[in-house]
Amino acid sequence: MGTTLTETKTLVGQSVRRKEDPRLITGTATYVDDIQQPGMNYAAVVRSPHAAARIKGVDTKAARELPGVVAVFTGSDVAELGPVPCGASLPGLRVPYHHLLAQDRVYFVGHPVAVVVAHDRYIARDAAERVEVDYETVAAVTDSEKALAPGAPAVHPQWPDNLAFTFEQNGGDFAQAARDADVVVRQRITSQRLIPMALEPRGVVAEWRSGDKALTIYSSSQIPHLMRTLVAQILGIAENRLRVVAPEVGGGFGSKLNVYAEEALMGFVAMKTGKPVKWIESRRENFLATTHGRGHVDYLEIAAKKDGTILGLSLKLIQDLGAYHQLLTPAVPTLSVLMMPGLYRFRNIHATILGVFTNCVPTDAYRGAGRPEATHAIERIVDCLAAELKMDPAEIRFKNFVHNDEFPYLTATGLSYDSGNYAAPLEKALDLVSYSELRNQQAEARAAGRLMGIGIATYGEICAIGPSPATPAGGWESATVKIEPSGKVTVMSGVKVHGQGEETTFSQIVADELGVDMDDIVVLHGDTTLVQYGIGTFGSRATAIGGTALYFAVQDLKAKIKKFGAMMLNSDDVSFVGGRCVCNRSGKSVSLAEVAGASHRALALPPGTDPGLVATKFWEPPNFTFPFGAHIVVTEVDRETGGIKINRYVAVDDCGRIINPMIVAGQIHGGVAQGLGQALFEQAVYDESGQLVTGELTDYAVPKATMMPWIETGHTVTPSPVNPLGVKGVGEAGTIGCSPAVVNSVVDALSPLGVRHIDMPLTPEKIWTLIQGGAA
Amino acid sequence: MISQPFEYSRPGTLAEALELLSGGSTKPLAGGMSLIPMMKLRLAAPEHLIDLSRIPGLDAISEGGGSIRIGALATHYGIESSALIRAKCPLLAETAGRIGDVQVRNSGTIGGSVAHADPSSDYAAALLALDATVHIAGRRGNRSLPYAEFLVDTFTTLLEPGELVEAIEIPAENPSTGSSYQKMVQPASGFAIVGVAARVARIAGKITFARIGITGLGSKAFRAVNVEALLLAGNAAAAAAAAGDGIEANSDLHASSHYRSQMVKVYCARAISTALSRAA
Repeated sequence: MGTTLTETKTLVGQSVRRKEDPRLITGTATYVDDIQQPGMNYAAVVRSPHAAARIKGVDTKAARELPGVVAVFTGSDVAELGPVPCGASLPGLRVPYHHLLAQDRVYFVGHPVAVVVAHDRYIARDAAERVEVDYETVAAVTDSEKALAPGAPAVHPQWPDNLAFTFEQNGGDFAQAARDADVVVRQRITSQRLIPMALEPRGVVAEWRSGDKALTIYSSSQIPHLMRTLVAQILGIAENRLRVVAPEVGGGFGSKLNVYAEEALMGFVAMKTGKPVKWIESRRENFLATTHGRGHVDYLEIAAKKDGTILGLSLKLIQDLGAYHQLLTPAVPTLSVLMMPGLYRFRNIHATILGVFTNCVPTDAYRGAGRPEATHAIERIVDCLAAELKMDPAEIRFKNFVHNDEFPYLTATGLSYDSGNYAAPLEKALDLVSYSELRNQQAEARAAGRLMGIGIATYGEICAIGPSPATPAGGWESATVKIEPSGKVTVMSGVKVHGQGEETTFSQIVADELGVDMDDIVVLHGDTTLVQYGIGTFGSRATAIGGTALYFAVQDLKAKIKKFGAMMLNSDDVSFVGGRCVCNRSGKSVSLAEVAGASHRALALPPGTDPGLVATKFWEPPNFTFPFGAHIVVTEVDRETGGIKINRYVAVDDCGRIINPMIVAGQIHGGVAQGLGQALFEQAVYDESGQLVTGELTDYAVPKATMMPWIETGHTVTPSPVNPLGVKGVGEAGTIGCSPAVVNSVVDALSPLGVRHIDMPLTPEKIWTLIQGGAA
Repeated sequence: MISQPFEYSRPGTLAEALELLSGGSTKPLAGGMSLIPMMKLRLAAPEHLIDLSRIPGLDAISEGGGSIRIGALATHYGIESSALIRAKCPLLAETAGRIGDVQVRNSGTIGGSVAHADPSSDYAAALLALDATVHIAGRRGNRSLPYAEFLVDTFTTLLEPGELVEAIEIPAENPSTGSSYQKMVQPASGFAIVGVAARVARIAGKITFARIGITGLGSKAFRAVNVEALLLAGNAAAAAAAAGDGIEANSDLHASSHYRSQMVKVYCARAISTALSRAA
């Protein structure tokens, strides 16, 4: 445990204002589209309008003839490059070769077919329309369950069953649990396809310096270092001649935790044309060609005793993968299976994943990545079980929580839950809503014919992803801390901060440890030439792992600072406190700036000590962290219209120790907004022919500020023993806790009508139809 | 999301604008809330945009001769916040305040909306209930049409090529009349899944005047004269339930035709009851 964390006057634990915000709110941040290079060309991507078709020919003549067009590239130009990488490996995984541009076939609407390069973006866009592609359409399939049916169109002709993989995970003996059970409840539960919808779409600038054989790629990315390694492989260039810079990133949510064809394509274009090139994704392209999230159909069975004790769970998970594997596509549902036990003690689980190809854009990580799906399924089926047993939904949860004395707790899926007090956030949330009083109000409302619902969801989350053996590319993180000759502190973090506020929280950690001002600390990240290798920001890992690497780097520096202090004070008994080295005998002291100056001037050096004050730490976490919490949602359903009004939203989260309460609240609020989007509004709908019907913001409803309820947040604090900061992670918690709480609430509201389950999104028409007595 | 190339002119007078509009493939640009997105998606590709935003006085809101005249370039927010309209035509102010979102209300104009004739336009319901008149300017002269006549069908009006909507005129509201606009919002676009504008007056408990405008249900907004007749006949209970009768309801991702045809009755009842509660 860090000693300064227990001191009274620390910055850690305070709602320090975000260092990032002045540039963001004054419009002076630099996004990819703000980058201008001399002589830069612009690219537009020609995309397939069909979900499944053979390409019989591509005629680029008319496009090339348009004045201002520099070049047009098609599939044959890049046939030798690639593939776009799939980073996940599963036994027997079928991986279609993912070319940078379609070769003889397209597999989804939006599939890149050609790239047009011109002197400005307008000419590029006009020229893209002049590329004539001769398509011969073939039958498409866009529904994962239909794709599994015999005789369904084959997405990839070589695999007529459309099955990319089957994955099984067993713990204990579910069949025996079902025999021992008094009741087995079954329910089909879906987590629909969603569009991540970062405000800033993707974008790439690529610059090739032929004299140096050096390529620079600016990309809106969560993982610049991994991108460098992977794009260098795609293009066949040396990794140390590729620099990737992720400048300001305007939202990722998992959709930029990827390496896309366009990043390598722009590198290729820059190398071929010898000029810098920029491609900025349009909103329409973002709908069609950036990864989607979710896409689950879950068949669940839960086995329990009459008293509510859960014995086991069975899951058949049908994952809509889309047409290709992007970086982590097949891995996302395996996270769902790992988290299926939730916060509960049952020991028997049987899970099967069917990974299914469809003629849609690939799915991949989206805020929560597998855990919202798992939590939605377990928290819904537990409510179904409570309803079957006529138990209170809070009571059945308390009965099944892992006990406080059981940590570290080994789950039926092989995880080791680090620390927990699972009853505490639920108790706090129940207190906040005055639960028993609320149930009385509900009884009165029902007596008056009103449809009032109270929804409870608890959740467990797997964060700080992760120990390297559990990840495809390493799960550690890195930090370098430099104290400049003037005593100013520069941090270089391997994580890519993109909205989560680590420039601030990391500065809080360093300021406390070194006794320097927040303003004297600069946190750099996102540039592979500037910063040592790192993994990136995803899976609520940046603070728990990157922050810990930083913490340990600072400890190394402190030891060196004390050596210099001891030399300068001519003492062998020196402390480093409040930014000064102090001789414990004489009370004399030197400042950090003085130490920094002396260490760089190097007129004298402590024995066995090098000049300078720089420390780098690569830190491998021993385990994941496991945050948890409880959300309670109070709703009222309009009987006449099916409309849902959220009257209370209470979120009590336990993310371990809190570095900045304001930033944690912001993460919860943002997460809840995206959870509400899934619960109430959002759904990526493909029609049978493979067209994305919800392909515009006029049809795809993301939650807006005016649609948000007031969110009451609360916390319990159970530090993680996995890292010395005691932090767990909070980036995805709001999303994970939200959707089951909302759906449980609305199902509760409609339960007097015999409703047991409703699939998301809870559109008014769906609810109204149920009220009329029909099937939604 | 880049439009095809186009020319752009910003005339300083209405006469100049009409002159420019008389040439080839032109399109007037008001607030641009529908036209610009359509151009970006390349669903519309005019060769020449005539920006009306700098024509002095075209956004004026004034009163005279017992009616309110609203310049075509008045924004939704301008209408929503106008003291004159709030006092003399509260239904229109209420309706304007329910359009789209803040950004749309700050830029979008009533003239642009009326000329575009989206079948889910909020204004359409209100303008029918308000017996509005559309003043049209053209090179060969000006003319005026009742809004109910002006509106022909989905995206179709009696506006001729080269003509512009210059203003909307609405009789000043009788202070004893109550009105309300009630709307089911499509959560993505902010348009009306169904929207109902109601104006009612009553004397000694008997409804003596009724105007009901309905939008979003069918291919165009319409006046629900059957509902009005039932209200005047004293059959308020049956009135809202008759809303939408005989209309082929739209069906889309957000609402089936069956649901829409049921919701119009609910929102009609709510509009009538709120309007009645506001009537003297």
